[in-house]
Amino acid sequence: MNDLINNIRETARQLLTDGKVDVVIGYEKGSLPLKATPCFVRTPQDVERLIWDATCENNLATYVAQTAGKKAIVAKGCDSRALVVLMQENQVVRDDLYIIGVSCQGVINKKIIEIQTGEIIEATITDGKISVKGMEGSKEFSFAEVKDATCQTCRYPNPVIEDIHLGGTVNVSQSTPFADVIEMENKSDSERQAYFNEQMSKCIRCYACRNACPMCYCPECFVDCNSPKWLTGGVDRSENLMFQAGRVLHLAGRCVDCGACTRACPQGVDIRAMNRKSAKDVLVMYNHEAGISEDIQPALNVYSADDPEAFLVKE
Amino acid sequence: MIMGESQVDMNQPNTNVFKPKIAAFLCNWCSYAGADLAGVGRIQYPASIRTIRVPCSGRINPLYILKAMANGADGVLVSGCHPGDCHYISGNYVARRKFALIQSLLKHVGLEDDRVNFSWVSAAEGGRFAEVVKGVTERVSALGPNKGIFTVDDGGATDE
Repeated sequence: MNDLINNIRETARQLLTDGKVDVVIGYEKGSLPLKATPCFVRTPQDVERLIWDATCENNLATYVAQTAGKKAIVAKGCDSRALVVLMQENQVVRDDLYIIGVSCQGVINKKIIEIQTGEIIEATITDGKISVKGMEGSKEFSFAEVKDATCQTCRYPNPVIEDIHLGGTVNVSQSTPFADVIEMENKSDSERQAYFNEQMSKCIRCYACRNACPMCYCPECFVDCNSPKWLTGGVDRSENLMFQAGRVLHLAGRCVDCGACTRACPQGVDIRAMNRKSAKDVLVMYNHEAGISEDIQPALNVYSADDPEAFLVKE
Repeated sequence: MIMGESQVDMNQPNTNVFKPKIAAFLCNWCSYAGADLAGVGRIQYPASIRTIRVPCSGRINPLYILKAMANGADGVLVSGCHPGDCHYISGNYVARRKFALIQSLLKHVGLEDDRVNFSWVSAAEGGRFAEVVKGVTERVSALGPNKGIFTVDDGGATDE
């Protein structure tokens, strides 16, 4: 793994020295344990800041459109899918972008650890074991135990688009796609209602999910719009649902399921549950997965004369 | 404004029978004209819909539907031209993809099946428009008043 970090640093140094890019967007060690933070390297001297490990959880595609100039980006599978969607939507110019592809084993979800240890004071990762010293006790975890839910079902751990690939590739997990959504669908209406009811009660509408999302780049989000005023500003679960459902519908056929929203949520709201449902619908109804190929049009940009119509009233 | 408060018919005797208020988003070229034809033809249908004319079913923002529910509509009816007959060639084709996803998502989060309804009604289908409104009104009546997008009794709804 350390070879990989050195490779990333060396590639970044080369790109900056040759003047091929103005900035390299990657990860550096964060101020909190087990959480890397996005880092913008502009000079060859600074490349030593770059790291790569299982704490690199942000989706860096979020920062690409906001960063001026030519840029290189360290991209996992989900970051690269997000970049493809951004390119399809003309938010990113391919020629301005140098994609350093790295395959991803999955990232750590700190919340799983903090339930057991309290706030994390110190943590070290050695050989797939994560030793954590927390406010309420210390514990050692295996990586599989603390892997984020998104990564457990990840079907694109390897970048779909890249200029250079560093390190090895990761085998794709062979689990049934959307098993979690199917399980949810099989529950009764009232069980699902109760579940989302509970989830929406937790939301405080801090919009961390929106800010972490690479696809939420609207200059003015519908929640901030004054006219029409879609949301009143009150935080109750009906308003929260309107925000979350509105966001899901905006992301329909675009969400790359990176899970950045859910990891960013301070309240532990299961935001992915709705986004995954919508992603599954798009796959089942329109045979489309977001961001896996630049040549395929986004699902809601195109139509077919024989799209399913089962939702219509029967009269 | 809570929807329909200003539209109370003072001439009707006050009964306790639940009369739903249904927000009907009708496209200008087909369904609105279909509703007009129903009127010209004096075809009776329940006075439960509040018509909102939109240029095309493709113009309907998913948020319109959510907001109508949040503002107290008991049901929503969305209707446009039949696929292939869109005045703007492809507006309803594009809308159809959105509608299918909206319907599926709302059902998934626990909204009753019949609150939000979609249909295609052409300008020549005055009789059918009346049938659609009758059917939707019956089903929404059976569900009872909208208690917020989640049907909970402890006031989870929006008070604007």
